[in-house]
Amino acid sequence: MNLSFPVLSKMRKLLFFFLLSFVCFLSANAAIEVYQFDDETQQQRFNALSDQLRCPMCLNSNLSGSDAPIAADLRAEIYEQILDGRSNDEIIDFMTQRYGDFINYRPPLNSGTFLLWFGPLILLLSGFLIIWRMGKNSQNLQTEDLSAEEQQRLKSLLAGKK
Amino acid sequence: MNKRVLLLIPGVFFVAMLGLLLFGLGRDPNMVPSALVNRPLPEFSLPGLELDQTENNLVIASEDLKGGISIINFWATWCPPCHVEHPYLVEISQQEQDVTFIGVNYKDDLEEARLFLEEKGSPFEKIIVDLDGSLGIDFGVAGAPETFIVDSFGMIRYRHVGVINHQIWEETFEPVISRIK
Repeated sequence: MNLSFPVLSKMRKLLFFFLLSFVCFLSANAAIEVYQFDDETQQQRFNALSDQLRCPMCLNSNLSGSDAPIAADLRAEIYEQILDGRSNDEIIDFMTQRYGDFINYRPPLNSGTFLLWFGPLILLLSGFLIIWRMGKNSQNLQTEDLSAEEQQRLKSLLAGKK
Repeated sequence: MNKRVLLLIPGVFFVAMLGLLLFGLGRDPNMVPSALVNRPLPEFSLPGLELDQTENNLVIASEDLKGGISIINFWATWCPPCHVEHPYLVEISQQEQDVTFIGVNYKDDLEEARLFLEEKGSPFEKIIVDLDGSLGIDFGVAGAPETFIVDSFGMIRYRHVGVINHQIWEETFEPVISRIK
């Protein structure tokens, strides 16, 4: 009897994770409307735009992943503008004019977004620079910083230890 | 000497990061900078909500808002925070005589909106009806309530997200209004 318990708990765990994955599956597909497009390209553009644009209400998800009413409105807006024959750039401009660079998960490069784009690279490079300089300094310390007398003393100390 | 200075760099960097993060702690992550501040009011021409129901052909256009400072408040009966701020809006709209309060009834049921204002009083001089939320998109609104301060030239000067109360009015709205008067 006792032997069967670990097996049971294993199965329970499996079942648990199975159900958990089902929950994730449900929530990932929560925001779905049915849009009819003229062709496949329009559909792909719609998907790409709603993946690239951020929901202004729940700031850490994109339009396609958000259940907020405003995200549904903006998806409808993208759909209508695509059917109207407007280009991706025009649609992104439309959104940026109203919601700022913030709405775009791939913000344009300008003075306001310079740090956003290059900040991590600058930090990384300055980290390398500091490590490089420190490595150089520690080499210098060993060779230069002892005077002739001190070198002599060091040698005798080392010899005495042996 | 040079090495001493170099050794200071990590310390200086640490303090700078600490300062930046402390500054970030005090900021509300939901306060997204508005793209519309210091830009002209979007053009619109939309129906108005009439409380007495007799004449329902009123049209309100963006031009009608120029010539004085106005407060534009996006609200709806389906939005709980709008119910919270409503009594204060009624109170402050009676006190501030030289500011025009304009309501935008945002994606709401008109009959419920009418009943709500009849029952609790209306702070608004005019109420614009935005049934499908398109005016909301033109204002860069993320939800309700949101409130904008518009100067007499029709320029948007401030955007507030969330409930207005006495403290917020005194600390943020009053300074902006007295600056643009």
